[in-house]
Amino acid sequence: MTRLAGCGLVDRAQPLSFRFDGNAYTGLAGDTLASALLANGVRLAGRSFKYHRPRGILSAGPEEPNALVELRRGARREPNIPATTVELFSGLEADSQNRWPSLRFDVMAVTGLLGPLFPAGFYYKTFMWPARFWERLYEPAIRRAAGLGRAAEAEDPDRYDRAHLYCDVLVIGSGAAGLAAALAAGRRGARVVLCESDWRLGGRLLADGGEIDGLPAADWAVAAEAELRAMPEVRMMPRTTVFGVYDHGTYGAVQRVSDHEPEPDANEPRQRYWRITAERGVLAAGAIERLVAFSGNDRPGVMLSGAVRQYLNRYAVTPGRRAIVVTAGDDGWRTVTALASHGIEVAAVVDRRAEMPERHAAAAASAGARVFAGGRIGGTLGGSSLFAADIVEASGERTRVAADLLAVAGGWNPTVQLTCHLGGKPVWSAAAEAFVPGALPPGMAVVGAARGSFGLGSALAEGARAGAEAAEATGFSGSAPAIPFALDAEGAPAPIWIDSGARKAFVDLQHDVTLEDIAIAHREGFRAVELLKRYTTHGMATDQGKTGGVLGMAAMAALTGMDMAETGTTVFRPPYTPVAIGALAGPNRGKDYRPRRRTPAQGWAEEQGAVMTEVGLWHRALWFPRPGEADWQATITREIGAIRTGAGVAEVSTLGKIELVGPDAGALLDFLYINTFSTLPVGRTRFGIMLREDGFAMDDGTTARLEQDRWILTTSTGHAGAVMEHMEYVHQMLRPELKVAFTSVSDRWAQFSVAGPNSRQVIAGVLDPGADLADAAFPHMACGVFTALGGVPARVFRISFSGERAYEIAVPAGFGEELVRRMMQTGAAFGLVPYGLESLGTMRVEKGHLGGGEINGQTTARDLGFARLMSSRKDYIGRALAQRPALIDPRRPALVGLRPVDRMATLRGGAHLLPEDAPVRIEHDQGHVTSVAYSPTLGHWIGLGLLEGGPSRHGEVVRAANPLEGFDDLVEIVPPCFLDPQGARLRG
Amino acid sequence: MRIACPHCGERGSEEFSFLGAAGLARPAPDAPADAWHEYVYQRDNPAGSYSELWHHLSGCRRWLVVTRDTRTHAIASVVDA
Repeated sequence: MTRLAGCGLVDRAQPLSFRFDGNAYTGLAGDTLASALLANGVRLAGRSFKYHRPRGILSAGPEEPNALVELRRGARREPNIPATTVELFSGLEADSQNRWPSLRFDVMAVTGLLGPLFPAGFYYKTFMWPARFWERLYEPAIRRAAGLGRAAEAEDPDRYDRAHLYCDVLVIGSGAAGLAAALAAGRRGARVVLCESDWRLGGRLLADGGEIDGLPAADWAVAAEAELRAMPEVRMMPRTTVFGVYDHGTYGAVQRVSDHEPEPDANEPRQRYWRITAERGVLAAGAIERLVAFSGNDRPGVMLSGAVRQYLNRYAVTPGRRAIVVTAGDDGWRTVTALASHGIEVAAVVDRRAEMPERHAAAAASAGARVFAGGRIGGTLGGSSLFAADIVEASGERTRVAADLLAVAGGWNPTVQLTCHLGGKPVWSAAAEAFVPGALPPGMAVVGAARGSFGLGSALAEGARAGAEAAEATGFSGSAPAIPFALDAEGAPAPIWIDSGARKAFVDLQHDVTLEDIAIAHREGFRAVELLKRYTTHGMATDQGKTGGVLGMAAMAALTGMDMAETGTTVFRPPYTPVAIGALAGPNRGKDYRPRRRTPAQGWAEEQGAVMTEVGLWHRALWFPRPGEADWQATITREIGAIRTGAGVAEVSTLGKIELVGPDAGALLDFLYINTFSTLPVGRTRFGIMLREDGFAMDDGTTARLEQDRWILTTSTGHAGAVMEHMEYVHQMLRPELKVAFTSVSDRWAQFSVAGPNSRQVIAGVLDPGADLADAAFPHMACGVFTALGGVPARVFRISFSGERAYEIAVPAGFGEELVRRMMQTGAAFGLVPYGLESLGTMRVEKGHLGGGEINGQTTARDLGFARLMSSRKDYIGRALAQRPALIDPRRPALVGLRPVDRMATLRGGAHLLPEDAPVRIEHDQGHVTSVAYSPTLGHWIGLGLLEGGPSRHGEVVRAANPLEGFDDLVEIVPPCFLDPQGARLRG
Repeated sequence: MRIACPHCGERGSEEFSFLGAAGLARPAPDAPADAWHEYVYQRDNPAGSYSELWHHLSGCRRWLVVTRDTRTHAIASVVDA
């Protein structure tokens, strides 16, 4: 065990047992998986992506490139989770990745074959030819060799949630700057949300010690948290990562509600995706330490210097027993002091600088460390764990120093990512030796290390001022904020350090990109950072180059001779850290993927054993099978037979229903439809087609005039929303002077189609006495308002889709189920059967009525056979462009009926229509089949299609071919209406 | 995006649908074909201020003219269309 006594923020009274690669270990409450592994002396955490090199734990946070694990087992297994971010819980199981057969002995690495296979640009040059080898050979081989962890193979058993949050001030990060900002804004009464990725607030205060207002920094953080929690308008959100910044103060965040437990509580989601809308944002996301590029900088035992301090001070774990500290500036010396104060031997300090502040000599002396001023690391030794490093002195002399820990202080990169999501570009700061935020998203302030102010005192002051300013801007004024007092650490920020002569010096540990790869990219001309990134995959791994990205840029800058400002960074896009797709999907999965709309009588249909289908958001009955029916065709044949000889009832409540009221309703309808409505008498219904302004058909349907100034318009189910929106556009934008109001009443009315020779008796059976449905009083296309079921308003329309005498009856939605039950009772004597969409669709093809296949956005009213409806006496939407020469060309594909020459043949939708003797090639294409059905009435298949010059070709025979599905039939062109073209049946 | 509907207050853009350029005048029925072509098909695509039609679909259902900078999405004004 390497647990230190008498320090840390772990609970020694709460041991937690866990497994890594099947071995049992014990950690403490307050550990991460990484700190618990280190406490158990586990240093080898995984193998790298391309070369399968052994890798240890580099960092102590979400920037971790190496120690990625598969967390949990079975359906909850999740790959590529940084062990440094996993809050330890009892029973945790994790496995290392990219190793076979075991982490310690990996065949891929031992054979050493992979190195030459994967130089920079290997995707582009190694596997280019022949193309078919890619699928068969290269891709499977690469996927086996490389790749990260394995996703679970079973469905995710957990639930995810989505929620919205509104606040005045969003503070991102709870280090010194973030806490100071939240306190300043909260004390003024602003609604503050404080998001922190970690479960514990404090950020670097938990790792670096120091004093704030005379308190130890970690204690100050506890006091600040307590004060914030007591404020009613402040919401604390630990375990919550703000991963994206969007327009107008919108932020995306993911809260890990239950990831610190073995599995979520029955009433809790695993994660919750928050959309936070904040008037002001304060980004206090701190900084991430960067690596130094030297030979062998990926050896397990190499660790970021700031992470070493975090393991020592926060987790009471020592990552090694004998350390070398490599530092590009003063910050590494804090690690020297920290190691020494915990009694860890510091064998050597390698400082990039030949001259350094004198105070470091004293620190080295008290730690007993030998100082190599102006030195560098020439290489590291060790297999699965570091045991020594070669130090090259300024003179060139090499000294081998035994050590199991190499603490690397390569300077700090401000966490600028969230400032870039709206297009801001980081700018190079010579003072900070790093890229700092450039143009900020509107309403965002950046404070502390995130803007390159690395000192503790500066962070507190900037945070407090920004918090107060944000509160002020949202209407909460007050006196100047109290600024917590602390000293800035001495020293200047460290520069980027690249040992240009190094071999196997990694700049991207997760994707195994080395300085050599950067040099190849340079040599081959991929020099701009965005090209460099894509050619080498530098910075494209799950860690997005958080520790090494800027090293690659600096290496390229050194090769091109440009400075860092000119070289720039690649674009940072959301998410800041990976977000589970499940969290983004939230509850919208499986049957809850979309909302479901239930029709008023759906319960009745289900009770009748209807087979249901999804139509948009609706679930509608397809058909109503009866025992003994062999298949759906038998059911349809029975249903249609019953309708054509007796009566059938189908629910059509899903049709769009728009009620218009006002003296100008008719004028609006005249403008919307190609035909005229204002002349329609009260008590009558008319069919209409509306166009888009470009002259193509938009929708068809019937409109009834119930009263002088009250109309009800119906749309097809699929176009209900679009037609309503279109009508609002036309009224508000084009004809605002019309005195008309309209609203969607689709959900207000349950509507049923009752068709068949006996339909009148069925309708009469549910209407209250006194309704006169005699043909003289209520002919085809009549409409009327009656009462049914003893006083319930009932609108009756005598319209027919089936070609039979038919009525539609609408009652308020709540009475729909009662109405259909009553109809089934009283209609039994008249042979009434329920029917569904399939029979409805078959009968409409028999009659040649239009459906979605015909009104497909590419057809005109003329194409569909309605040229005669197009009024020449008024203006209407689409009129002008419908007259374009190309749209009135008689050779355009137009609606025809189709029947197979061989009456036994099956017609299939989607087939292309070609001249009988033409080869099946696209240049002979003359149209396609839009709808097909087996007509039980006619005893063979029938279809509708769009055929060039179709209406003049009745009687001709053409090919209906689909080479993709391998069928090719001869069909005869006929008029689109197959049944009773004179309409004798529907008039009764 | 957040759009300040003059009737409903500031709302998320998911409540709205987007149509395109605002301020187009529908030609007279007998206007030449060019005028109709211009009206239906021709649109500016400015880098900068752009007035466009949004419909507050999940709110008051008013058509609105939103003046937005296409480079930054900054919204200068929202008024009834």
